[in-house]
Amino acid sequence: MSGDAPAQVTYREALAQALREEMRRDEAVFLMGEDIGHFDGAFKVTKGMLAEFGEKRVVDTPITEAGFTGLCIGAAMAGLRPVVEIMTVNFALVAMDQIVSNASKIHYMFGGQVPVPMVIRMPGGAGHQLSAHHSHSLEAMFTHVPGLKVVVPATPEDAKGLLKTAIRDDDPVIFLESEGLYGKKGPVSGDDHLIPFGQAVVRRPGRDCTIVAHSRMVWVALAAAEQLAAQGVEAEVIDPRTFRPLDLDTLADSVRRTSRAVVVDEGWPECGIAAGVATHLYEACFDWLDAPIGRVNSADVPMPYAKNLEQAAIPQPADVVAAVLATMGRGAPR
Amino acid sequence: MSTSPPPVPGPDEMREMLRMMTLIRRFEERASEEYMAGRIGGFLHLAIGEEAAIVGTVSALRPDDPLTSTYREHGQALARGSDPRAIMAELLGRSTGICGGRGGSMHLMDRERSFYGGYGIVGGAVPLALGLAWASHYRGDDHVSVTMFGEGAANQGVVAECFNMAGLWDLPIVFLILNNQYGMGTPVERAAAVEDFYPRAAPYDIESWKVDGMDVLAVRAAISEAARLAREERRPACVELLAYRYKGHSMSDPDTVRSADEKERWKARDPLVTFERVLLGEGVVDAAAVEQMQAEVDRVVDDASEFARESPEVPVAQLADLVYAQPWNDDPRGSALVNP
Repeated sequence: MSGDAPAQVTYREALAQALREEMRRDEAVFLMGEDIGHFDGAFKVTKGMLAEFGEKRVVDTPITEAGFTGLCIGAAMAGLRPVVEIMTVNFALVAMDQIVSNASKIHYMFGGQVPVPMVIRMPGGAGHQLSAHHSHSLEAMFTHVPGLKVVVPATPEDAKGLLKTAIRDDDPVIFLESEGLYGKKGPVSGDDHLIPFGQAVVRRPGRDCTIVAHSRMVWVALAAAEQLAAQGVEAEVIDPRTFRPLDLDTLADSVRRTSRAVVVDEGWPECGIAAGVATHLYEACFDWLDAPIGRVNSADVPMPYAKNLEQAAIPQPADVVAAVLATMGRGAPR
Repeated sequence: MSTSPPPVPGPDEMREMLRMMTLIRRFEERASEEYMAGRIGGFLHLAIGEEAAIVGTVSALRPDDPLTSTYREHGQALARGSDPRAIMAELLGRSTGICGGRGGSMHLMDRERSFYGGYGIVGGAVPLALGLAWASHYRGDDHVSVTMFGEGAANQGVVAECFNMAGLWDLPIVFLILNNQYGMGTPVERAAAVEDFYPRAAPYDIESWKVDGMDVLAVRAAISEAARLAREERRPACVELLAYRYKGHSMSDPDTVRSADEKERWKARDPLVTFERVLLGEGVVDAAAVEQMQAEVDRVVDDASEFARESPEVPVAQLADLVYAQPWNDDPRGSALVNP
């Protein structure tokens, strides 16, 4: 690709590129999940892969999330590199015992005898009136668990580079995509572009307040930063990209410069990602802070169906603007 | 590539099977003593009474066939040839333990001997065994994956999921239901709509049957046939072994639910005593040889015990060393959430 401008592709296609490239590179990589083959995937990420790689490497499963997630853990123990697609993160709850009791613990519990090199891809997030069973953001649940790595890409470039890293990683990686981002376009690098875990990226520089946001919330935060700029407030937007590991250095450096922070997270507020990140920032930057750290979360309710209620429950740019202004003593948070 | 053991063992192998059953019995008895002395913590589940099921099964497999078990798995590790010292040291939580003291009694593993571990969530290891069978199918090798679980686990939904995928994809797996008739303190008649468990696999196009789990030669023959189906015909199989554990569910179970009568009835069919009688009757062993073997086993167990007690504890500095196979920094904690 050297010399050429990077191609503009969707988040969906970026993921597909990562899968195809890694499958061509390594015979041990295979895909397993519901409707990923003949149906091309519920979100069409795996479109055309059955034709290229065949039924052994692109495996349609019965609706049996605990079973096939556990199967892939066993296959990983045997040295294969499964990439599981759980249709949405909501159904991962059915497989939680396999993920938490087995995938995350096997390397440690058995004294390091067997690694579990696997990726579990799944999209989450709300915003399509899918109501309470189909709108979860469960980053906090997975990040809670030692032994897992947790990846949350916001852009096509990150989706590709982080997925390639995840597939080559020797530990179980929870790869959380966003249903709201599959159509998002952006530049994407070529075959050898791997993005290491644990490196946050500054999405927009600013001097007045640090906004930490991941996945689709990066775009909400950037919209908020735009509105704040119109009011003379320069927010710095930082995307951690992975929660295990978390690049606290980059986050804390920013907060020490701005002295203010807001953490945006589509999950629930109690013991959530925003709460966890804010705690790290308090511990690392307490003496630099000019105001309490703000949190913007989804409302503390099961996701409602009615469009107006749903929109009220999900973090909006206006919520982020209000939280930033509150750290500056201007206006009140929601 | 090793060859499959024959369905009927020869004299040398039968002597070895008797020795292994004796070793498991004596090892478990010693573990019980170590627990009572306070040197083993946590849960300790003994397999006394289940020796025929364990040895009959493991002896029917190739040593490189992947095997998984429940938390009652000291015997499986011993039968696979794991070092009794390393197992006892694991039970005592020492650095020389087979899992470096991270797993304990319920989580033994010996990867080199294709023993893929003991697991604490009832039914939770069955999908892992299916994945080991999947890997064999994927690579086109001729391994057979065997998963031993109890009749209690057979009531877990994920086991039915695995029956379905094994039948659907013709995976080389043997589901081995070790029916010891009690899920902790609940007898099968209060936990299962139908008291036979092997028929549960049949609707998934899995050949399944039941054998006497107290008879090591019957177990050996049954698992040989099940493994043959999986290895040669690439079809899953399910075998139910009816057996009885002499002790409570774990050391913390006072075992008051089961009647003395019932226990005596089963002990009258003790797998060691009956097998020894068979071998004496057939002239495969004589009384002096049995006595000598038992004395050797006692020495092995004494040695394991002594080794474990004298082994060092795990350095606390290593607490978080093994959380990740690929840690992302040099932080000795390894598991640290944060990049320092």
